[in-house]
Amino acid sequence: MSNIALKVENIVKKYPSILALKGVSFEIKEKELFALLGPNGAGKTTIIRIIAGLTNPTSGKIYLFEKNLFENPIWSKSQIGIVPQYINLDVELTVEENLLIHGFLYKLPFSFIKKRIAELLEIADLKERKKSKIKELSEGLKRRVLIIRALMHKPKLLLLDEPTIGLDPHIRRKFWSFIKNIQATGTTILLTTHYMEEAEHLADRVAFIFSGKIIAINTPQNFISNLGNYALDVYLSDRVKSYYFKDKLEAEKELLKYSKDHFVSLRRVSLEDVFLNYIEKNL
Amino acid sequence: MKGFLAVYLREILLFKKRIFRILLSFSINPLLYLFAFGIGLGKNIVIGGKSYLEFLIPGLISATSMMQAFAINVEINISRFYLKIFEEFQASPVSHFSYALGEILSGVTRAFLATFIILAISFLAGVKFHLNFYFFLAVFLNAFIFASLGLTSAMLIKSHADQALVTNFIITPMMFLGGTFFPTENLPSFIKPFIEILPLTITSHTLRSIALYNSFKNSYLIILFLIAIISFIIALYSIKGSKD
Repeated sequence: MSNIALKVENIVKKYPSILALKGVSFEIKEKELFALLGPNGAGKTTIIRIIAGLTNPTSGKIYLFEKNLFENPIWSKSQIGIVPQYINLDVELTVEENLLIHGFLYKLPFSFIKKRIAELLEIADLKERKKSKIKELSEGLKRRVLIIRALMHKPKLLLLDEPTIGLDPHIRRKFWSFIKNIQATGTTILLTTHYMEEAEHLADRVAFIFSGKIIAINTPQNFISNLGNYALDVYLSDRVKSYYFKDKLEAEKELLKYSKDHFVSLRRVSLEDVFLNYIEKNL
Repeated sequence: MKGFLAVYLREILLFKKRIFRILLSFSINPLLYLFAFGIGLGKNIVIGGKSYLEFLIPGLISATSMMQAFAINVEINISRFYLKIFEEFQASPVSHFSYALGEILSGVTRAFLATFIILAISFLAGVKFHLNFYFFLAVFLNAFIFASLGLTSAMLIKSHADQALVTNFIITPMMFLGGTFFPTENLPSFIKPFIEILPLTITSHTLRSIALYNSFKNSYLIILFLIAIISFIIALYSIKGSKD
């Protein structure tokens, strides 16, 4: 038995005016947190929408736990939880009512729904707000409701489409631990984000997507160490040029050389450097 | 709980939250029509041996149940284009059949509530009618047809603005020509056959026959039933086509 949770094979999506996905393929292992990283318009959300059954692909295949996703839509949907980019909650209804309707949509028994709501409200620290209408909550709390709503039916695959977009940095960090805890329960997670730091902290593996094509897949650590450990930023008149070094002494030697004519700074290499390096190569 | 009940439950929960606003808006239109056409203009008019008010009320029930059932398109549009809740339904393991049934039954509920309000107003105005199972069956079928069409239009349109066009060009003319305010016998012969096969006209004739004369044509109910099935199938296909 394979331990592949999701297999995406050569997915193409054509819209009348744009080719959004140009043959995307990747695999996610069970219990893995896999991140799709890319700039706005790269095709991240389109992939999520296709997996969630919200958009039809033009061609290609997807397998969820070895079953063809398009041939088993109802079963597939019952295995997937989705946290969309935007807050699509019923603003007039309470937190509890939103979770209740989700439970009914996924055909869960009422006794299970009641227990699960109590459990998730506890985990998300929302117990006191269960009777609050969604419109009375802050953005951070609404995002928390979105995530626990997606977890109501204990999905085997959780799709997180830019889940922390627009959140303050300290709330984003709280989310990271929340997401890591979900992964620890055995849930496979596909995360899209354009926050490099987020992917670096959370993901077991990362795929860079650019203009509808995946250009590289690796672990964040491998991506970084392949580029170098230290980055030297040289501030030129029109841009910042970065140089990468494995060795710190070598980096410091170069720093002395450039510092005569330019402002320079030395720092550790991050996933953002890797991404920018790939983008530069692919432009 | 079945999927359609989840969709229906959501609509009912929202309905409950807005119950006073809804009751008020459901009462205003029929009250205005009753005063303007029934008591104002139609005071001295007699049609088929009945007062104009007696003639008007069954037609008004047909038209109002049509309008209220069709009005689910507004709610669906809001959940589709503004709240994006339609995507929560699309991503869930609920079949198109269940989704359509849940939405349509919420439209039928709206239509029945509006019907009961008109009947209550009529009762207070001293107008007495024959009411039986077939009267309410006709209201149900009429509401089912127009809720299906409301769902279809909500799935086919691409923005809020398009919705007004559908209402202005289809629903409003039907309300005025479909036997609500005057007998269809008075219509010009070139338009009459077309008007007579409209579901609203058939419902108006059926409700009026039952309410005023305690009789109705079985064939009318069969036709309404067939139109309801066809409308539901069209609604199902429209949901299928709503994915981008």
